[in-house]
Amino acid sequence: MSKRYSNEHEWAILDGGIASIGLSAYAVEQLGDITFVELPEIGAEANKDDSIAFIESVKAASDIYTPVGGEVVESNEKLEDTPELLNEAAETTWIFKLKVSDSSEFETLMDEAAYKAYLDTL
Amino acid sequence: MENLKRTALFDKHVELGAKNIGFCGWDMPVQYEGILKEHDACRNKAALFDTSHMGEFFFEGNLLFSGINDATTVDVLTLPIGKCKYGFLLNKDGGVIDDLIIYKAGEERLMFVVNASRINIDFKTINDQLHNGVFTDASDQTSKIDIQGPKAKEILQELVSFDLNELGFFSFAETDIMDSFAIVSRTGYTGELGYELYIDNKVAPLVWDKLVNRGAVPAGLGARDVLRLEMGYSLYGQELDENTTPIEAGVGFFVKYDKHFTGKEALLKQKEEGAPRKSIPFTTNSKRAPRHGMDIFQNDQKIGVVTSGTFSPCVSSGIGIGSVDAKLFDKEVPFELRTGRGSIPIFMAKLPFYNKN
Repeated sequence: MSKRYSNEHEWAILDGGIASIGLSAYAVEQLGDITFVELPEIGAEANKDDSIAFIESVKAASDIYTPVGGEVVESNEKLEDTPELLNEAAETTWIFKLKVSDSSEFETLMDEAAYKAYLDTL
Repeated sequence: MENLKRTALFDKHVELGAKNIGFCGWDMPVQYEGILKEHDACRNKAALFDTSHMGEFFFEGNLLFSGINDATTVDVLTLPIGKCKYGFLLNKDGGVIDDLIIYKAGEERLMFVVNASRINIDFKTINDQLHNGVFTDASDQTSKIDIQGPKAKEILQELVSFDLNELGFFSFAETDIMDSFAIVSRTGYTGELGYELYIDNKVAPLVWDKLVNRGAVPAGLGARDVLRLEMGYSLYGQELDENTTPIEAGVGFFVKYDKHFTGKEALLKQKEEGAPRKSIPFTTNSKRAPRHGMDIFQNDQKIGVVTSGTFSPCVSSGIGIGSVDAKLFDKEVPFELRTGRGSIPIFMAKLPFYNKN
């Protein structure tokens, strides 16, 4: 399974039509200590790049844009009580899962090498 | 960030891997290892802040006849030597040009400590009211380091030649630190036991290293903002500005009316007639954090805005201060914040949000 990244610093892992979505370590590092995550509703439909979740740190707040479109099938409820999991392991902590409507959207995202190169331009 | 000014401690911040931001024209550390860790260090051990961007003015002259005592709300004539006092520089409408602390070092000597963004306007405003005396801006030569927290005293003690136990709250001493003139005051912006050190730029990196080696944890402006808001302290540019009086900002109790000061008539009038706006502390009772500029609604009507907000680790809730229309606001009726993403219910609170005991 490959991992892909968006310009907005979300990552996606696609497995059998289901995409797990998280935030990159870079994004979490920029936000600092995470204090709150607003998760999407199960069953919600979203297009690629829609803001469907929301995250707050002590000092900042940010929308989370889904890097691929689809139907939300799962939200990581552990983040409601322990949002700091994202600070501890951003790259392995998924925030929500989507049943992907068009897997070609996943293919347009950056692979790890391209994302790394993208970070160097920031 | 090429045009930003750097403090004498800039290289220290780089060495420590600080994340910097532009703040009032200065390149300042917002955090080192993380706001929560630095906040915890201040509440439970000792935190070290570089606040050298702030301004320092010195006045020498007759305190009664120079006009200096009329310039701010602080009565420097009755202020004992060795003490300092918080107050305001006001415009004639009672609006706050700046909040400041004035130190009385002698019968004819004062120091003013002011906000970085207000140095130029403060200096001009005060200087224009002086008939005589020597008024100088020493901000560029002066570094300021704050050490705050329960361990601050024992960490700092080795660097000074007098017993820190002798220094009461809002008292200060003129002393030597590392063979250089220094002012040490028992003051701060965190609610903890702590000291603010005014030292020459040349020794600032040495003093910083010594305090870090003795266990003080470097902390950035991010933690400082959370700490001050947990105490309900005002921040210039948020709670205070030229269109807001100390009464409207909820800090009118710092103003005494026994002497003349610019803006006094406007404040007295407001006291009598009632201020159009009032400051209210509130919590979200949730992990949602209020943010500066969010709208406050009550009865489906906008009644004010959030002046400061954050998540508070001590209260485990979002906390904030709002400025609301005094006539519209009804403390018996539920009120809420409205954001682009829906509303957040808020609840009246009492200051300080955080009580040490």
